[in-house]
Amino acid sequence: MGNQTLRGIFWRRFSNNSLAVAGGVIVLSLFIIAVLAPVVSPYDPNAIDRSHVLMPPGIHHPLGTDDLGRDVLSRMIWGARISLAVGFVAVGIATAIGMMLGALSGYYGSWTDRVIMRFIDIMLSIPTFFLILAVIAFIGSSIWNIMIVIGLTHWMGVARLVRAEFLSLKEREFVLAARAIGASDLRIIFRHVMINSLAPVLISAVLGIAGAVLVESSLSFLGIGVQPPTPSWGNILTLGKDNMEIAWWLSVFPGLAILITVLGYNLLGEGIRDSIDPRLWDRERA
Amino acid sequence: MSREILTSESLRKYFEAKGPLGRAGGTLRAVDGIDFSISDNRVFALVGESGCGKSTVARLVLRLIAPTSGRVLFKGKDVLSFAGDELKAYRKSVQIIFQDPFASLNPRRTVYDTISEPLLIHSIVPKNRFRDRVVEILGTVGLGPETLNRYPHEFSGGQRQRICIARALSVSPEIIVADEPLSALDVSIQAQILNLLIDLKEKSRLSYLFISHDLRVVHYLSDEVGVMYLGRIVEHAKTEELFSKPFHPYTEVLLASAPKLKTEGERVRQAPLKGEVPSPVSIPPGCPFHPRCPRRFAPCDRIVPRFLESHGRLVSCHLWNPY
Repeated sequence: MGNQTLRGIFWRRFSNNSLAVAGGVIVLSLFIIAVLAPVVSPYDPNAIDRSHVLMPPGIHHPLGTDDLGRDVLSRMIWGARISLAVGFVAVGIATAIGMMLGALSGYYGSWTDRVIMRFIDIMLSIPTFFLILAVIAFIGSSIWNIMIVIGLTHWMGVARLVRAEFLSLKEREFVLAARAIGASDLRIIFRHVMINSLAPVLISAVLGIAGAVLVESSLSFLGIGVQPPTPSWGNILTLGKDNMEIAWWLSVFPGLAILITVLGYNLLGEGIRDSIDPRLWDRERA
Repeated sequence: MSREILTSESLRKYFEAKGPLGRAGGTLRAVDGIDFSISDNRVFALVGESGCGKSTVARLVLRLIAPTSGRVLFKGKDVLSFAGDELKAYRKSVQIIFQDPFASLNPRRTVYDTISEPLLIHSIVPKNRFRDRVVEILGTVGLGPETLNRYPHEFSGGQRQRICIARALSVSPEIIVADEPLSALDVSIQAQILNLLIDLKEKSRLSYLFISHDLRVVHYLSDEVGVMYLGRIVEHAKTEELFSKPFHPYTEVLLASAPKLKTEGERVRQAPLKGEVPSPVSIPPGCPFHPRCPRRFAPCDRIVPRFLESHGRLVSCHLWNPY
């Protein structure tokens, strides 16, 4: 490692990995598009124009129009907002729950660990997507409900990850030294152990966003996710399915958007993982 | 007469070893009845091969793990009974330095974070004096104020060990448990750190529980020595007496196998120790040392020797004690 900082090594490795950089560029562009949606979208996403129904892609409507004459490009730009918001909030909730339970489980061990691990096993044995369907059918589909339900059903991976990190870190000598110095459990958990287990959590969160975007799209496609007229990639796809023979652009573009987004987050997540993992550093040197 | 700071009374720590498929695989006797006491400004050394339970003793004394039986007394009070403020006071009085300075510093925290944390926990100085105090403590271990905002990976092994010592000193402890503090360092650095430890002992009236396998260091630093073998002390004597005439055959072999500068014509007194330390899960019957002992005789594989006083020191060997 020499006298380089860890951050320096990370950036050098990350920028040498062209796939990771591509993922980063995709994620960043989606961000900018989502934030600037009111500025960059050419039309009002909900403006109905009965004289231009199901227009193929052309000069006035680069990605065509839907069955109500709404501009598909504008709807997709606003849909990016929904996708990202759902992805971030859902993963935020999942990560917070996962880190808390994983930390308790790994740090305290014994019966705390057993109870939490059995609970995780139970959660994992339930088919998540059907659970979400059932819950949404019950409490109604609003964008907040979707975020919360996705968050509440996707924390188990993070919890196991954090638990494993805690199990190995809590026996390390710097943690023993902190206990010997009189640090409280909370201080040890947050200042000494958690801070050293953030890298894998970050990676799993980035990868998790891709999964959450997919779940939201699937729910919206099935008609129980984001409700029209609010645009979402999933509900544009539903329109595409209804008009498959006459309007291919309604299926292809939102499909591509989902594909590129998921790919972007996966490439970014894996790029970060490869740049952080010290076991891979030696390979580069050899 | 100096007062006793730390006392260990028949301290035991057993671990249940897990066999295949989670079945019980027997009991690992890491520490099996240890007695010693350390007085004000004195150094007690525990020596022995790796795996003899030395580090477990350190963790027991620090109350990082609970003993199976026996007690650790701090100024006459059972350490295990401490809770709340009393425990906090104990943490402030007893500190530890670990063997591996690479593992014992949090890689994500700066030197300032590491040294100021104890000041915060024990409210030793007001917050606006933290920086001055940290610089002062770093000064006593020979590090300058330019190191404050650096991370552990930017330092060498010797510097890191200085940071660890600074962390231990920050609470002004009365006794420091040093668990092989030199063995991960280069020889030239070892001397520096050893001298630092001696200086600190003189200046701050510290006591040490010094755990080591390096007999030269122990000879140089300690007042009393306990030789450990398989979780027990087999010989306990004043340092000078032990080094001039070891009683227990294990001590004898340890001393003989320690590397030293050989003068012309001097011959090695004894062959180096043969074989491995037996597993602490299946301790041999009789004297635990008998399978490797060069001087074993009739009773050694049948009768456990008692740990008794003989010529002003404690030793557990049939050669010295009646059986």
